[in-house]
Amino acid sequence: MIAETGHYALVLALGLALIQSIVPLIGARLRDDALMNVARSTALAQLLFVGASFIALVTLHVVSDFSVANVYENSHSMKPLLYKITGVWGNHEGSMLLWVSILALFGGLVAALGNNLPLSLRAHVLAVQAWIASAFYLFILVTSNPFLRIANPPIEGRDLNPVLQDIGLAVHPPMLYLGYVGFSISFSFAIAALMEGRIDAAWARWVRPWTLVAWIFLTLGIAMGSYWAYYELGWGGWWFWDPVENASLMPWLAGTALLHSALVMEKRNALKVWTILLSILTFSLSLLGTFLVRSGVITSVHAFATDPTRGVFILLILCLFIGGSLSLFAGRAGSLKQGGLFAPISREGALVLNNLLLTVACAVVLFGTLYPLAMELLADFKMSVGAPFYNLTFAPLFTLLLLAVPFGPMLAWKRGDLLGVTQRLLAAGVAGLVVIAIVWAWTRGGSALAPLAIGLGVFVIAGAMTDLAERTGLFRLPFATTLHRARGLPRSAWGSVFAHAGLGVALIGIVCETTWNSEYIATMKQNDVAHVAGYDVKLDGLFQRQGPNFREMIAEFNVSHEGETLSVMTPSKRSFTTRGSSTTEAALLTRGASQLYISLGDATAEGAIAVRIYHKPLVLLIWWGPVLMAFGGMLSLSDRRLRVGAPKPARAKQRLQPAE
Amino acid sequence: MTRKQRRMTIIGGSLAVLALAAALVLNALRDSIVFFSTPTMVAEKHVAPGKRFRLGGLVQPGSLQRGDNLAVTFEVADGGAKLPVAYKGILPDLFREGQGVVAEGVLDANGVFKADTVLAKHDETYMPKDVADALKKQGHWKDDYGKVSDRGKPAATTAQGNPQGAVQ
Repeated sequence: MIAETGHYALVLALGLALIQSIVPLIGARLRDDALMNVARSTALAQLLFVGASFIALVTLHVVSDFSVANVYENSHSMKPLLYKITGVWGNHEGSMLLWVSILALFGGLVAALGNNLPLSLRAHVLAVQAWIASAFYLFILVTSNPFLRIANPPIEGRDLNPVLQDIGLAVHPPMLYLGYVGFSISFSFAIAALMEGRIDAAWARWVRPWTLVAWIFLTLGIAMGSYWAYYELGWGGWWFWDPVENASLMPWLAGTALLHSALVMEKRNALKVWTILLSILTFSLSLLGTFLVRSGVITSVHAFATDPTRGVFILLILCLFIGGSLSLFAGRAGSLKQGGLFAPISREGALVLNNLLLTVACAVVLFGTLYPLAMELLADFKMSVGAPFYNLTFAPLFTLLLLAVPFGPMLAWKRGDLLGVTQRLLAAGVAGLVVIAIVWAWTRGGSALAPLAIGLGVFVIAGAMTDLAERTGLFRLPFATTLHRARGLPRSAWGSVFAHAGLGVALIGIVCETTWNSEYIATMKQNDVAHVAGYDVKLDGLFQRQGPNFREMIAEFNVSHEGETLSVMTPSKRSFTTRGSSTTEAALLTRGASQLYISLGDATAEGAIAVRIYHKPLVLLIWWGPVLMAFGGMLSLSDRRLRVGAPKPARAKQRLQPAE
Repeated sequence: MTRKQRRMTIIGGSLAVLALAAALVLNALRDSIVFFSTPTMVAEKHVAPGKRFRLGGLVQPGSLQRGDNLAVTFEVADGGAKLPVAYKGILPDLFREGQGVVAEGVLDANGVFKADTVLAKHDETYMPKDVADALKKQGHWKDDYGKVSDRGKPAATTAQGNPQGAVQ
């Protein structure tokens, strides 16, 4: 009964989406407020029905109703409750349902919070949202129905892929989808603007918070996924340039560019056409990511069971939306008025450079992702494009970008003074050079690039601090004035400082981890001691334990540093009986930002076990960086000028805010 | 600066960055991509020792031998040819005899593939897509390869031909 209700709710949502696709547009043509307002009700009702459908699927998983194929294939009655719930999106059908649920959530939010939007703009935006929603509802109902019943229900399920039975599954996909799907809002706004043929700074003010929300979630989602891969896969790697990872990185790069170009549009009414194009491209890349992951073109833990019809269906959706939106753009972009002149050396110019480097870096990743696929199709040979390719292409482009980051926020709008900015960044530059010298002296004979890269990271962080110091008049003015100014600084200014500093932090983490990572691989017997980066790791013994739906072998290690016992680490190897597969659960010991990492291999007949121990210096900075970026994004989002649905601030108050 | 000059500056800058990116990509394509081969392809093409490539196929049942200090040797077969592989380290969780594997490394002078990475890029059917496609193309695909995880149906059906390959 629950399954049928869920299915029916989804069909109703499709019906509502179809109405929402057409009626508001007719209303906008006829200037009929009532018809345009239909969009608001249908968007909210859609959210209600898709939500009901999603809750139905969750309920089926929680009560382990194995008469539903989706539950049978991905669940087990002995599975812990948390994984019964997260297992809902640990498979193709369920994850698509999550996708449309989040799409409906965003649509509902626009409907609920968009009261200050011009009526016709809101009608257009919601109609475009409904086109996307209809396509994906159809996709689910036709090719991936999660509510299908099995004629002869089995008594036990086949369990969820053990790699996915982790808290990471509870966080990573929803975050990532909030990011991916969140960009549909800026896409809808862009299409609406093209259809209306009207776009102004207010448009950017509405789009920017939505883009920011999506960007924050995408940033956290990517970081979370990377950390999850790091501790779950047991090889200590955190980024593999896997096509599936690239699929999430590309919208992030384009979305970051969009965030910055929307800033130019909002503040200076320039770069309109470009911003529109970026909005379209960002969501197109999200769709491409969905296609790559869901169609089975690529095999990975992300591509669940594959089915050619699904691939073809998503490819059709992809072509329809990307082709359609780009044609509309080509036809209408010329009619948008250009505005806002600026010199190449100016804040606008710096943001253009930011956009240029980000989009080109994104294009490089796109090339690296699609080139092997294209070669396979056209030339019929297989190859792989991995880290060496991206180190030679992506890294230099990003280095240029990072060099430019501290300059951007300090240049004035319209016409900047590069020499003056360089002088003001002198301290940051010196800090970077000093760090390069220290690191180089300390690790003499090592990689020459690592100290330079760390110096660059320090320069980016110090540059962000300099920007802050300049704005608040730190060291120039009395401390009380500085404090007062700091309090009066717009939150978005604080946000950009944190986000930019986060980039530097992540860079330092990446460089330290890849350069000074120490690794120890050997077979260990009881009471053997391994020496890794100053730590003594002693194997105390091996134990067996029975988990809810697995058996695990735990190795107990005693870790000491210079004779002082620090902790006991217990990595384990789990074998899941239902699927007959096993996973490695690594043990992590955090010391400051560094980590000691132990994962297990196979046990030999003599009671010894293969062990892999890593010491990863400053590895946590890799994820603290994105967390800082996301925090910066949230600060910026809380800025009252940007708050979603907030009334415009009074004129007088706006004038009092310090210039940026 | 006139409007036109400003526009030209921006366009020029964009072209410069694009040219830089194109140069970087072309340079990287020269030596950083890794080709995929099966043992049969290695035998046919006489891959030079020292050239890095990815080897894919099935782990020959009974060929896995563990040496001292985590050294392992096994053979990768694709139905047509076999290639000995040497690896030192911990094999991934999903490594099994009789199932698909992808290893990356170089051939040494004796014709042994020295792998430095053994990839566990499987989906839940324990068959890397690259391997499955290569086997299908060579006509060695067996219908049950893709269904190893289906515990209810042990590998009993050994029908030749490639009903799954036909869909592709």
